[in-house]
Amino acid sequence: MSAETLATFPMGGIHPREGKELTEKLAVEVMPAPSEVRLFLKQHVGAPCQALVKKKAKVTEGELVASVERGLRADLHASVTGTVKGVQNALHPMVGNASALVISADPDTQPRSYSPVDWTQFSKEELLARIKAAGVVGMGGAGFPAWAKLTIRPGVKLDTLILNGAECEPCLTSDHRLMVEHAKEVVEGAKIILKILGIRYCAIGIENNKPDAIETLNKVISEDGSKNSYNIVVKPLKVQYPQGSADQLMQAVTGRARPAGVRSSAIGIIVQNVYTTKAIYDAVALGKPLYERIVTISGRGIKRPANLMVRVGTSVGDIVDYLGGTTPDLAKVVMGGPMMGFAVSTLDIPVSKTTSGVLFLTREEIDTQSHDPCIRCGFCVSVCPMGLEPNNVSIYVEAGRGADTEQFGVDDCFLCGSCAYVCPAKRPLVQFMSIAKQNIREAKKS
Amino acid sequence: MSAPLAEATTVEGAGEVMAPKLFVSVSPHFKSTVTVSEIMWTVVACLLPPLILSVFIFGFQTLIIALVSVLSCVGTEYLSNRALKRPTDTIKDGSAVITGLLLAYVIPPGVPYWLPILGGVVAIFITKALMGGIGFNVFNPALIGRAFLVATYPVAMTSAWLLPIRDASVFKYMGAGVDAVSTATPLYVLKHYGIAAVIERFGALSVIYKDFFVGWRPGCIGETSAFLLVLGGVFLIYKRYITWHIPVSVIVSVAFFTWVFGGERFFAGNPLLAVLSGGVILGAFFMATDYVTCPIQKSGQLVFGVGIGALTVLIRLKGGYPEGVCYAILLMNAVTPAIDGWFRPKRFAPQSEEGAKK
Repeated sequence: MSAETLATFPMGGIHPREGKELTEKLAVEVMPAPSEVRLFLKQHVGAPCQALVKKKAKVTEGELVASVERGLRADLHASVTGTVKGVQNALHPMVGNASALVISADPDTQPRSYSPVDWTQFSKEELLARIKAAGVVGMGGAGFPAWAKLTIRPGVKLDTLILNGAECEPCLTSDHRLMVEHAKEVVEGAKIILKILGIRYCAIGIENNKPDAIETLNKVISEDGSKNSYNIVVKPLKVQYPQGSADQLMQAVTGRARPAGVRSSAIGIIVQNVYTTKAIYDAVALGKPLYERIVTISGRGIKRPANLMVRVGTSVGDIVDYLGGTTPDLAKVVMGGPMMGFAVSTLDIPVSKTTSGVLFLTREEIDTQSHDPCIRCGFCVSVCPMGLEPNNVSIYVEAGRGADTEQFGVDDCFLCGSCAYVCPAKRPLVQFMSIAKQNIREAKKS
Repeated sequence: MSAPLAEATTVEGAGEVMAPKLFVSVSPHFKSTVTVSEIMWTVVACLLPPLILSVFIFGFQTLIIALVSVLSCVGTEYLSNRALKRPTDTIKDGSAVITGLLLAYVIPPGVPYWLPILGGVVAIFITKALMGGIGFNVFNPALIGRAFLVATYPVAMTSAWLLPIRDASVFKYMGAGVDAVSTATPLYVLKHYGIAAVIERFGALSVIYKDFFVGWRPGCIGETSAFLLVLGGVFLIYKRYITWHIPVSVIVSVAFFTWVFGGERFFAGNPLLAVLSGGVILGAFFMATDYVTCPIQKSGQLVFGVGIGALTVLIRLKGGYPEGVCYAILLMNAVTPAIDGWFRPKRFAPQSEEGAKK
């Protein structure tokens, strides 16, 4: 398919350096269980879990170790077999400090194995219960509990499931490798979700820089025996950041724009990340909770880049040790992708269910310039996928008038960073946007 | 300016190996390599060919005038920032150099060498530094510099024109009295004596088009070579530093309004002559496109460009000056904040009722 005819979103967007060449061809490698894991009690949107196990309790891999009784929640399972050391504070890439359940692993335990059952025997309710019991959350980064997303309020009419395989963040290849190596599970997971939602149509949106993933999925779909019940198609998309943002993806795939302030289900669509879809398959068919995931370890600052299958709670430091250490010119460590990920100040940070990558960037790969006044070039306005005016927001914030920026649509901003990427004055526009959001919230409260 | 990056301090524990010092900053962690100074110095590079050619058209003194102008602007930038207690390293970003070049480009080639010093001080200190420095000026600094000089030294600014040199003797006008060599610009001749006089003085229309396109005509130092200016402008468009909207709308509207109103009857004006004379091409590609003083939205830029074209033709035909590009751009600079208010980007899907096509 030629680049001209590829679907994409209609406004804004950028083409950052892809940086995927370091890991896109590397098969997923299983990292042995570390000696200790730290499980954040809140790895999801909703109420934090509470530990269900006492200090010194013996737990086995996959065992439920933390939960909360009511509300939006996602259960937590032991990612190793071992002994509970208790709840301690651990550094968190986004919130600073957070409570984590610490388990020290018994050496020489074999990884638990699971065997699939025929999931078609389960009813909708049973499917949802199995997903809920496995603690599946949105693995693209949002961490929204999957069972809640798939529990559709009565009266909502859906027609399309979109699987998000765009992986538009530079450097990340975990979803890519997942689609290549676990295409069958992704398609089965899609069928499970379709059954829950009671619809037939599923489109898998994938940026065109992953031809092997597109080919593999197409092959699996064409060989699938249930073509009559489900209509699953692969939609190759133009390589354009932020193609994997839900709004941009929905518009690229269906042409429908989600109005601000309503859920995607209001326009008939549910979006799930491909990895979440695979986790849903694991939960339903294998009864396997979500406690390990593929994490892309990349950048020129790590000795050996890899797509690693790691236990949730593994420390970044343990990953570095496993991969032979960092290079001397390492300058920045980012949890997530280079566009929206979080820079961390230490390697002593555990990975969570939503960590898609850890990047080790060298001085040459990062920007360390100080910023200058806005010269009104308008680059930020032309690349904003939401049609906002980051230039004006930044000037208002600098003048101490962040609360007056609602007129520029600050609420629509999802911090994709396209504006800050193109800014020739190197202004930290994402930070200005965040400050503006905060100022508006504070002004509304008072 | 404030540094967005802080070098994280890692504490060395007893007996532990010291962890690497890591940078932390807000996302995104990848940024494009384009910087303000890269854009500005590229513009400077695109402006140099017309200056080099001007040496062969009007003589070596154009280079001296340009140098004086640039030094005046850069020096004023440095001194103003010192006086206003701002960082002085902005002289390295190239923007004052552009102002200096553009100021020289809109000055006649026979003016005294000290004249651009005054223009440079007004351009940088009053128009830019007092407004808040780079990014905060309302008007194009170089054009305010020119407008100031036209008001204060009207004789030099409106009569120090030189006939193009045809024999490569680039030192011909050095030290020569301006009165001895001065001539009239095509626009002056056209305004006061009509198209027949232009043909009589500058040759048949086909010769005029060719000469004017290359640059061999009386005029300001850097405005005469349509060819080299378009070449530089197209390079800036190719680099995506500017878009076609402003240059094209300015040039097309000057041509259109001249065609309609510029002749002895309606629809009898000469659009090509209008575009190739005066500062239309220089203004369209290098002055109206100044980021700081032009609208941001493409639709707003089209309105801005057509406004410049219409005002240029109005001043040329009805005003006291034969040329109107400078004042047209300055007037539209004043309208830019309003245009930016009228033309806002189209939001993705702001209202909850609209947007859902289904």
